[in-house]
Amino acid sequence: MTNSNAGAAVAGEQRADFALDTASSATLADVMASSIARLRSGQLGSLPALLAIVVLVAIFGAVNPSSFLSTLNLANFLEQASSIIVIAMAVSFTLLLGEIDLAAGFTAGVSAAVLATRLEEWPLLPSVLVAAAVAVALGAFTGFMVARVGIPSFVVTLANVLLFQGVLLLLVRDGGSVRIENELVKDLVGANMSPGLSWAFVAVALVVYAGSLVRRRQASHGAIPWSIVVLKVGATAAFSVALTVLLNRNRAFDRAPEPIMGLPTVIPVVLVLVIALNLLLHRTKFGRHMYAVGGNAEAARRAGINVTRIRLTAFTLCGLFAGLGGAFLASRVNSVDPNTGANDTLLLAVGAAVIGGTSLFGGQGRMMNAVLGGFVLALIPNGLTLVGKRLLPVLGEVDFGSSGTKFICAGAALLVASSVDALSRKRVT
Amino acid sequence: MDGVTPLLQVSRVNKTFGSVHVLRDVDFAVYPGTVSALIGDNGAGKSTLVKTIAGIHTRDSGTFAVNGTEVQIDGPKDAATIGLEVVYQDLALCENLDIVQNLFLGRERTSRGLLDENAMEEETRNVLAGLGVRTVSSVRQPVSSLSGGQRQTVAIAKAVLWNSKIVVLDEPTAALGVAQTEQVLALVRRLADQGLGVVLISHNMNDVLQVADRVSAMYLGRVVADVPVTTETSREFLVELITAGRSGDVGLAEVTNDDE
Repeated sequence: MTNSNAGAAVAGEQRADFALDTASSATLADVMASSIARLRSGQLGSLPALLAIVVLVAIFGAVNPSSFLSTLNLANFLEQASSIIVIAMAVSFTLLLGEIDLAAGFTAGVSAAVLATRLEEWPLLPSVLVAAAVAVALGAFTGFMVARVGIPSFVVTLANVLLFQGVLLLLVRDGGSVRIENELVKDLVGANMSPGLSWAFVAVALVVYAGSLVRRRQASHGAIPWSIVVLKVGATAAFSVALTVLLNRNRAFDRAPEPIMGLPTVIPVVLVLVIALNLLLHRTKFGRHMYAVGGNAEAARRAGINVTRIRLTAFTLCGLFAGLGGAFLASRVNSVDPNTGANDTLLLAVGAAVIGGTSLFGGQGRMMNAVLGGFVLALIPNGLTLVGKRLLPVLGEVDFGSSGTKFICAGAALLVASSVDALSRKRVT
Repeated sequence: MDGVTPLLQVSRVNKTFGSVHVLRDVDFAVYPGTVSALIGDNGAGKSTLVKTIAGIHTRDSGTFAVNGTEVQIDGPKDAATIGLEVVYQDLALCENLDIVQNLFLGRERTSRGLLDENAMEEETRNVLAGLGVRTVSSVRQPVSSLSGGQRQTVAIAKAVLWNSKIVVLDEPTAALGVAQTEQVLALVRRLADQGLGVVLISHNMNDVLQVADRVSAMYLGRVVADVPVTTETSREFLVELITAGRSGDVGLAEVTNDDE
């Protein structure tokens, strides 16, 4: 039996031990060592997605350098990825709880159809508000069915796939399509910032990024060395300056009527979205409670967290951002038809989140994962189209640009990513 | 314990589930700075008693008094108000969150609407250091990377973080190895040495003899004995209380007057 004196002595000694956690300033080597240890323990995070991006760019770049590595394709690729990314971020809200929204694609479609049909009669602002309200309502409906009625989200959203698809068909009047004339909506995906504005944006973004890293370093009591801050800011600066230099050149075809230059507007839009949602997930009570419910709902309930409300809110947010994704989809083709948000939209979005490292089992994941995974899944069809028909030694002539090949490759990528998720979980627990 | 006002006095509490009389006129007291062990076989009523005290079950009759003043405990919130925290066997930790996040779960500190991580981290260090925890290398470790003993420690720290006065530990060493059991028992002792009233529910007589100051034995819904633990208290004595409800002249009378 420990008497109280011994207890006090241990406590004093312990205070010293805990100082290890605070006072020692880590070096670059320490940080790298702890990162490697984390990877070894199975917490791979976004590493597989980053590797996939590098490998895919290398392969496609080697096969068809003139088209794939052109600045026109780079901008085009970013725009293709944007809608996948936004819907993937929407779905991430449900994935973080260990739930899923299979109807997020059709939520996007319905919201886009509402936006397009309202814009035929109304000005921009009320149309956008109504489209957003519809998206929120669809999300809240799903949330109600899951959190209050208690139906598994898989079943509810499977039913919603049919429900929302039906609504979409009614809205766009079967077989037709609704054109979008509003310039602002058309410019969401497809417009570019002027070269001057592009530079200003990059400068502001870099300053904000550096500022946040410095602030985090101060808060870390020396756990983050200066070298890491400098390395991160330097690499990001080099990358974004190179990107801006490339995209600020005219990338239009020779006989095009007017030049195309500057960073695509989707870059700042998606960036602001990622930062805002990051803030929500990692710096607010609501975000903390999301992770808690996703990790152990019973523990969250006993800690006094209103689990039902968290679930409802998560599905509602999923609906809202799926609706925003719908605006991206519509803006890319300047119209809405019965296929907006249909086909592989949802699968690519869920795939993007999972490939980026968000767990299907809940409680693990960040919004940045949706971005990286979205890049991977946008790279595959983009690159394969440009590879086109090739003569292979055994298989004969293969059309890599065909839908069949693209689906097979995207499916394979998703399988690999979810295997990594499942296997790394096995190692942790 | 004569002359000391109990932190919590449970008097003549009855509880039935349908036709099953689970608690029969139960008296139980928790004293400051004391580890009170609660022993009994499966189904003796230990868990029901704890859940009644914690406000999860409502009692049919009986009273609770805190520091001599009668109080009502009609829900978990009431239990928290009188400074009572229960660490259940499943610990209720989120494995994907780190130690700080788990400790403050549901009661996060904020400044200007955002989480105040520095304040929470600081407080976590103080609490763990105060408990003499020496096994955790960083308060930012996710719980999934902790051992069973460390998790128990985190769960206990979570309970005492809120200036609680009474901590109820449900089988804290049941899933632990020898070394980890020692650590947790030392922690239990330290809680009492800091003036808290500790209730230790245990099946392990060695744990009880090692760390408890008093022991209450439950048998078929009754508290059959409430005795101090001394150097003479033997393992066999406790086992007899658990299995037969009596040992020597302690416990139920030889001929029980069963009213069923």
